[in-house]
Amino acid sequence: MLKILLAGLLWIVPSFQVAGTLPPFVIPSEARNPSASNPENKRDSSARSVPRNDNSCFLVECSVYATSRFTFGTQALQKSCGTITVAAAADLTDAINEIVANFQKATGCTVRVSTGSSGNFLSQIENGAPFDVFFSADIDYPRKLEAEGLAAPGSTYLYAVGKIVLWVRSDSRVDISNGLAVLRDPSIQKIAIANPQHAPYGRAAQQALQNAGVYDAVKNRLVLGENISQAAQFVESGNAEAGILALSLVLSRGLKDKGRFWSIPENLYSPIEQGVVLVGASKNPQGAEAFLNYIKTPETAALLERYGFTLPAKGKP
Amino acid sequence: MNWEAIALSLKLAICVAGILLVAGLPLAYWVTYSRWRWKFLIEAVVALPLVLPPTVLGYYILVGLGPRTFPGKMWQSLFGHTLPFTFGGLLVASVLYSLPFAVQPFSAGFESVDRALIEASWTLGASRLGTFFRVILPLSAAGAITGTVLSFAHTIGEFGVVLMVGGNIPGVTRTVSIDIYDQAQAGNYDAANRTALVLLLFSFVVLSVIYGTNRRAMSLWRKR
Repeated sequence: MLKILLAGLLWIVPSFQVAGTLPPFVIPSEARNPSASNPENKRDSSARSVPRNDNSCFLVECSVYATSRFTFGTQALQKSCGTITVAAAADLTDAINEIVANFQKATGCTVRVSTGSSGNFLSQIENGAPFDVFFSADIDYPRKLEAEGLAAPGSTYLYAVGKIVLWVRSDSRVDISNGLAVLRDPSIQKIAIANPQHAPYGRAAQQALQNAGVYDAVKNRLVLGENISQAAQFVESGNAEAGILALSLVLSRGLKDKGRFWSIPENLYSPIEQGVVLVGASKNPQGAEAFLNYIKTPETAALLERYGFTLPAKGKP
Repeated sequence: MNWEAIALSLKLAICVAGILLVAGLPLAYWVTYSRWRWKFLIEAVVALPLVLPPTVLGYYILVGLGPRTFPGKMWQSLFGHTLPFTFGGLLVASVLYSLPFAVQPFSAGFESVDRALIEASWTLGASRLGTFFRVILPLSAAGAITGTVLSFAHTIGEFGVVLMVGGNIPGVTRTVSIDIYDQAQAGNYDAANRTALVLLLFSFVVLSVIYGTNRRAMSLWRKR
C-alpha cells in the first residue's frame, strides 16, 4: 500500500516540474486524480525515465486546454469570466435578477446573486465573505469598504437613487392620498418600516416621519423589518396596516397589483444613494469589473429607472 | 448595553419555562404512560420543532395566523390584535418551539421511575394524582429540572422565529438575540460584544448552577 502511494508521489512530483512551464489550467487535472492513476503507476514507474510518455500525456492536456480556450474565446468577452458572486440590497431584488439575466445572455458568464440587508452584507464583507460585487442601498457602505482597503480603490459607483413611498394593501380602507398625516389614525395599529439602525430605507422612513411631524404620534406603532423586503412582507401579509417601503419594491412583480402607494416628497428625507463597489478580496476581479461596466451602460440605467430608481445626474464616485 | 432587551429575554424565558412546566408535565405523563396505538403521531408532533427550521414556524405564525386567514380572524376577534409583533405572539411561538426541549426530558424522567413503585403506591390506596406528586415526580425530579432549564435556555437563545414575527419593538419584542444581531449589522461591534459577553457569562452561570445542584439533588435521592 505504502509502496503504491510512494510510487504515485514519485510520479506526480516530476510532472509538476514540467507542468510549471505549462498553463496553470493543466495542474489541477493532474493533481486531482493521483489515486485513480496509482495502479497504473506501479506498473509504469520503471518507465518513468522515458520522457516520451510524459510528453504524449501533456500533449493531450494541451489540446484540451487549447480547445477550451477556443470555446471561451468565441464568447463576447475576451477572457473567460467564470462565476461572479453578487451581494445586492433587498430593494434591488427584481431589478438585479433582470440585469443578471441580460448580462448572462450577453456574455455567457455565470452570476450568483444574494439579496439581503446592506448592513449585513457590509459586516459579512468586512469579515471575508466571498462576494465579488456589492450593491448597497447606502453608498456610505461601499465608501467605508474602500476606506478600509477592502474594496478596489476608486471602484465605488453611484448607480441609482432610491425613493420611499407610503404603501397600503388594496383592500385597506385607509385613504393615503393626503400623505403621512393619515398615520395618526389610531385604526392603523402597526406601521412597518425597515430598521433605521442599519437599513438605509429605514433611516429615510424615520427622517420622513420626523420631518412630516408625525414621528412622535406613530413611534409606538412602528414595527421594524430586518431589511426593506421584510417590512414589505409585514404589510403585504396584513400584519401591519401600512408601511414605508422602497418604490422599487412596490413596483416589483410581487407587490405591484397588491396595493396603493403615495410617493413621499423627496424634500422630507435625504437621498437614498445606492452605491456599487468591487470587493477587494474578489477571486474574479475581471468578471466583477465586466459586470460593473455593464451596470454603467444606458440599457441598465433605463432598466433601473423602470424599477423606480432615479438616476444620478452623472455617475459620480 | 441594552438592559431592556436582556430583561425582556429573561421575562420571556421565565414565562415559557413556567408554561411548559405546567403544560408539559401532563403531556409528558400521557406520552410516557399512554398505550394508545397512534401515540407515536403525537410524539412526532411534539418533536417537530427539533427538526423544522424556525422559519417554518415563523412563516405559519405570520401568514397562517395573519389577519387574512380564518384562524387569524378568530384570534383577532378574541384578543383585538394578531399574534405577530406582540409579546403574546413571541410567547406562543417560543412555547411551541421549546416544547420538545421540555417534554422529552420530562418523559425520560418518568420512564426511569420503577413501575413497581408506582403500582405499589396505587395498591396502597393513593390516587393517580397523589401517586404522581408523591412518587413519580420526586423520583423524576432530575428530568423535570432538566426540561425546565432546557426550555428556559432555548428561549433565551431563540432568534429565527423572533426575527420573523417580532417586528423588533423595543421592550416588547426586541429580545437580546435580536439586539446583538442589530448591533452587529449596524457595525457597533463594541456594543454587540458587550451584550454577547453578558449573555455568554449569564448562560454559563445559570447552566452550571443548575447542573451542579441537579447532581447534588440526584445524589441525595440515591442515598435515601
